Amino acid sequence: MPRQPLSISTAPFLHAADTTPRIMWEVVYTLLPVWAAAVYYFGLSAILVSLAATAGCLITEKWFAQESRNSLLDGSALITGLLLGLTLPPGFPLWMAFLGGVVAIGMGKVIWGGLGQNVFNPALVGRAFLQAAFPTAITTWEAPSGQYWQVRGTNLALPFYQGQPIDAVTAATPLSQMKFSHEPTAFVDLLLGNTSGSLGETCGALILAAGVYLLARKIINWRIPAGMLGAVALFSGILYLIDPVSYPSPWFMLFAGGLLLGAVYMATDLVTSPLTPRGLWIYSIGIGLLVVLIRVWGGLPEGVMYAILLMNAATPLINRYTRTKIYGHR
Amino acid sequence: MSRLTGNGNELLTFQHGVHPHDYKELSNQCAIERLPFPDTLTLPLAQHIGAPSKPIVRKGQRVRRGEKIAEAAGFVSVALHSPVDGEVEAIGLFDHPNGQMQQSIRIRTDRFSAQQIAGGQVPDPTTLDRKGFIGALQEAGIVGLGGAAFPSHVKFNLPDDKPCRYLMLNGCECEPFLTCDHRVMLEYAGELLDGLAILQSFVEAEEIYIAIENNKPDAIETLRRAAATSPLPIQVVGLQTKYPQGAEKMMITAILGQEVPSGKLPIDLGVLVANVGTVVAISQYFRQSQPLIERVITVTGTAVGRPTNLLVPIGASMQEVVDYCGGITDDAARILLGGPMMGVVQKTLDIPVVKGTSGILVLTENEVRDLTTYHCIRCGRCLDACPLFLNPARLGLLAKRGQWEAMEELNVLDCFECAACSYVCPSAIPLVQSFRVAKGIIREKRARAKTAN
Ligand code: SF4
Ligand code: SF4
Repeated sequence: MPRQPLSISTAPFLHAADTTPRIMWEVVYTLLPVWAAAVYYFGLSAILVSLAATAGCLITEKWFAQESRNSLLDGSALITGLLLGLTLPPGFPLWMAFLGGVVAIGMGKVIWGGLGQNVFNPALVGRAFLQAAFPTAITTWEAPSGQYWQVRGTNLALPFYQGQPIDAVTAATPLSQMKFSHEPTAFVDLLLGNTSGSLGETCGALILAAGVYLLARKIINWRIPAGMLGAVALFSGILYLIDPVSYPSPWFMLFAGGLLLGAVYMATDLVTSPLTPRGLWIYSIGIGLLVVLIRVWGGLPEGVMYAILLMNAATPLINRYTRTKIYGHR
Repeated sequence: MSRLTGNGNELLTFQHGVHPHDYKELSNQCAIERLPFPDTLTLPLAQHIGAPSKPIVRKGQRVRRGEKIAEAAGFVSVALHSPVDGEVEAIGLFDHPNGQMQQSIRIRTDRFSAQQIAGGQVPDPTTLDRKGFIGALQEAGIVGLGGAAFPSHVKFNLPDDKPCRYLMLNGCECEPFLTCDHRVMLEYAGELLDGLAILQSFVEAEEIYIAIENNKPDAIETLRRAAATSPLPIQVVGLQTKYPQGAEKMMITAILGQEVPSGKLPIDLGVLVANVGTVVAISQYFRQSQPLIERVITVTGTAVGRPTNLLVPIGASMQEVVDYCGGITDDAARILLGGPMMGVVQKTLDIPVVKGTSGILVLTENEVRDLTTYHCIRCGRCLDACPLFLNPARLGLLAKRGQWEAMEELNVLDCFECAACSYVCPSAIPLVQSFRVAKGIIREKRARAKTAN
């Protein structure tokens, strides 16, 4: 005779193949090529910086997560670590990267109650902390050097020190070049990532490819990149038409800085983006608008991080007030 | 007008829904077999929605196959008939598939009888008016065979101000594993069209649709060929294979492109829906004098020895039915009446097949193992699955906090428990399970508020 039902004793007894850990791990796999590109451009430094950030995330998750099961296995802390690493400059001091990881998981996730409970994207929480705490270090960019095995001097700065860049090949990022000296960067360089910038801000083509895969697998919602990139293109396009000299072209706006990384990996974070189709449009177009606003008129060259964090903050409200149109109701 | 354009061969569907593997391959090639007459049959008086039938036989009385043994008790009730020549062994409380003990008539089969239908007294449908037809259906004990077992004569008793414009036969059978409707369409196509013609002569619809999911191309083919020879305005419509395509509302929306307003019935759109098995039963009653005394069910699942489509007398013990189908394997873990999405778990097989039984599904330990649950990751998949465009993620959160009023406000009462949301949820949150509970609580509160006033 069949055994008595134990816990879930009611239908359905079929389940789709995707589970939460499986979704998270798949995101991790798509991040690996992007990460490899960063290593290709920035060498050993890229590996060290992202390892430090990831270690900060994983250790914090391991020690402080409240779930009784091993929450490292769901892969989400690893995503946070990898993403945080990709937002940092290659010469970033490792101890700072590690600290950023600790804050990302600790303040961005654990105190909210763990996976699924947080309001802000954890990786961006970590990054925002670093930006506030170490404004100089996080804006010290180096051009891709081609010297793979060279560790940048600042990487190894002792805790609480920032270190001095020794090889002096620091370079402005395309965005700050544009902002502060109105100098655009060649499009091909932007697409291939042959520019200075954070680890993951450089190779647009690979991020796009990963995005296409995630869209095809329906892991990320198409409305987010569509709304966000569409809004950026539209608004910067309007500005460019008005005055092509002082405003950057939409192509430049789309491919420079962290916009693609943000549109594919950060804004699309399932947990911190809205649920309803209408909510998703409000959210993604809002991010696009804010990015243009900050980049063009704000004090910072880059605005993706704050734009996403601001709209994250609005998400609970958006969720509450965007209703779906229910079948059979007017 | 349907949404079909051009040659009428395109596949229609509704928005949202899910695509589970259908597991039909286990039994869709198995021609319908007849279960040998069991020694005893247990016929509950309550096999339909509405008042239980009233027994009109005594213990010890001899009954004939097809003879009425209980009569309708009021309008929303139907008659009940003996599926065999035999003797009334007992009238009393027996186990019912709904988990309770219910008044039932137990009949011992006469082993030496040829089991011919008693025949006689069935009117010729051409001599009947609409009222007479409705009465005949009630006398025949016919209920919807799709699962709900709602008395057909009540459904077909159209109010004068609501004429039937569209008559739709539901042959979607969207629940995975079940194949009985599929086989009925293949093997009873003649009776199906005949029953449809009888029904149409009374409801006089302008257009008739037979809706079939395209995972049953042979059924579409067979009925298209049969319909071509019929004078009726029949269109056989292929629908995309998608769950829950067979839900009445979803099927109507797929075909007409209109939504059934919340709280209203299909007839408010001029639509009348019948299950394919039900019209076959209508034909069998008027042409062969056979009331509803047997039905085709699917006995299937990976834990069943020999998955089968089986013609079973009403009242046969499920244990005997499953034994006939090769019994269950050692790793059998769960018995379900109906399909895996909406079926109801049973603790025992010592219950009778009733008019509303569409299938017996036995699953293995492996298939029913609980998934690890996580917090909602707000992936939105449940929203994209819900055919009613509800917000299961939000409802699930509210259910967890016991916020029933807020759930009511978000129309949880519209949920028809198709389980598409639970099926897709990667965090394995028991969404539909908690909605069932919430709906019960809300309904109870409403009822209490009513009595308090
Ligand atoms: S069970 Fe209810 S809420 Fe879930 S998908 Fe079906 S109708 Fe929607
Ligand atoms: S499918 Fe599950 S995890 Fe995803 S939004 Fe719905 S309830 Fe949350």
